[in-house]
Amino acid sequence: MGMTMTQKILAKAAGLNSVKAGDLIMAKLSLVLGNDITAPVAIREFDKLGVNGVFDKKKVALVPDHFTPNKDIKSAEQAKVVRTFANEFDIENYFEVGEVGIEHALLPEKGLVVAGDVVIGADSHTCTYGALGAFSTGVGSTDMAAGMATGEAWFKVPEAIKFNLTGKLNPYTSGKDLILHIIGMIGVDGALYKSMEFTGEGMHSLTMDDRFTIANMAIEAGAKNGIFEVDDLTREYMREHSTREFSEFTADSDAQYCQVIDIDLATVPHTVAFPHLPENARTPENWGDVAIDQVVIGSCTNGRLSDLERAAEILKGKKVKKGIRVIVFPATQKIYLDALKNGTLSALVEAGCVISAPTCGPCLGGHMGILAAGERCVSTTNRNFLGRMGHVESEVYLASPEVAAASALTGKITAPEEVM
Amino acid sequence: MNAKGTVIKYGDNIDTDVIIPARYLNTSLPDELAKHCMEDIDKEFVNKVNDGDIMVGGANFGCGSSREHAPIAIKASGISCVIAESFARIFFRNSINIGLPILECPEAAKAINNGDTVSVNFDNGVITNETSGESYQATAFPQFMQELINAGGLVKYIANKGDK
Repeated sequence: MGMTMTQKILAKAAGLNSVKAGDLIMAKLSLVLGNDITAPVAIREFDKLGVNGVFDKKKVALVPDHFTPNKDIKSAEQAKVVRTFANEFDIENYFEVGEVGIEHALLPEKGLVVAGDVVIGADSHTCTYGALGAFSTGVGSTDMAAGMATGEAWFKVPEAIKFNLTGKLNPYTSGKDLILHIIGMIGVDGALYKSMEFTGEGMHSLTMDDRFTIANMAIEAGAKNGIFEVDDLTREYMREHSTREFSEFTADSDAQYCQVIDIDLATVPHTVAFPHLPENARTPENWGDVAIDQVVIGSCTNGRLSDLERAAEILKGKKVKKGIRVIVFPATQKIYLDALKNGTLSALVEAGCVISAPTCGPCLGGHMGILAAGERCVSTTNRNFLGRMGHVESEVYLASPEVAAASALTGKITAPEEVM
Repeated sequence: MNAKGTVIKYGDNIDTDVIIPARYLNTSLPDELAKHCMEDIDKEFVNKVNDGDIMVGGANFGCGSSREHAPIAIKASGISCVIAESFARIFFRNSINIGLPILECPEAAKAINNGDTVSVNFDNGVITNETSGESYQATAFPQFMQELINAGGLVKYIANKGDK
């Protein structure tokens, strides 16, 4: 029986010729990731295991990105736990403030993940690296601890939903619209325990940044992983960012899927997820007049260079509506610097946006943009759960950078075409 | 191994942000986390929960972030078992790994009401609603998973095995 992309990667990592959905396997890990919230718990568990060190100091990544630069004393103590562990065990891929960026933008940029890898991360958005043709999935801190100690993790081999993409996205429409459209279609548990595999000639028209955005939000449909077939664009990206060898896996022609969904990208509308679930996807005719207080542009979902450029294209030469707070988070130092040098940041600041250091910040209600009771935010982040960005009576509307920027100009949820 | 307690019931898509809001993730101490468990959807939870109580949820319980703090907070609050129609996969894995028994059983999760007294037999997967007299069959934990939960989680289980 044929295998999906994910099944082929897992079979290889488990040293097996073939696997099928439902098989329990033990796989060798290419990388184990943790951040300043999840790593301290993993380190506490790791210490109880009584091992002498990590399985491979090159294959553990510690990225303190959530509450850094430290937001309070307790956060500073947590960051210190991670730093001390990184020093003690000589972890090569520990990133201090000044080098650190949002983990899921940083690791691909640093070339630490390539096609064919098997990656676990104690962060649910670890599924982002599927954009590169890798298998990557979120786990908890205990799994991270065991992974750091042994270099292995057990998995139940997932079945898959195949997304067959055709056509090309419309102007001012991007990967975020597509993934919100998909989650609206299948629901927040529509891909529970499954792989979401993206293929078809339409995928070649999606930028790498679009693919990262789409794979990133696979977890919001409950998926174990999201993964794209490798093409010329992926190869070009990996050669530019990494010196590592990569392995390409394509699904067999007779691979089994539990569902096949065809999507013509030209039909994907601007999509905003209304509170309080990412599946509450609405298209412009159903947006109504939603007055907003804040706009957030950034995160592991949409804080990459092209996301900032798309927002700047809409905001350039204009002014943010008075009273609206627009906070922009370049996801890494490199993205920050590139956006600084090419004029993107000056366009954003001139329009009235504030630029923050790379951090997860407000996405999870951490810091740098918390909402008060009754406030509404249009955000390019990935979750709009109750109380996600602050007060339990605040609201988050998930949108693309284009819609977020247009909304910043009008003070209500707005399609980009209305302001261009 | 068994559990018995009063049911505290919630709906579908109970996410990890409401189980333990991120504003409290600047600590990982179980007792500190337990103080804020469920507070964004049920401020009274921390006052009404008693040791041994059973939490029941709908579909996709534990969706969202990978924070192990979520099952840690539930366990430290005194909950002995979570029953739901379905669980998000990272939450399921995390719960087992920290030694919080959780059972997927749509029939039980739908039929059981808030305040019912429910007992669970982990050896055979039978859930009994002592208030209504009905019982339901969940898939029983395999032996290693029972041992793992009894040990108090994956790490202690591995450590115990090393001692033998």
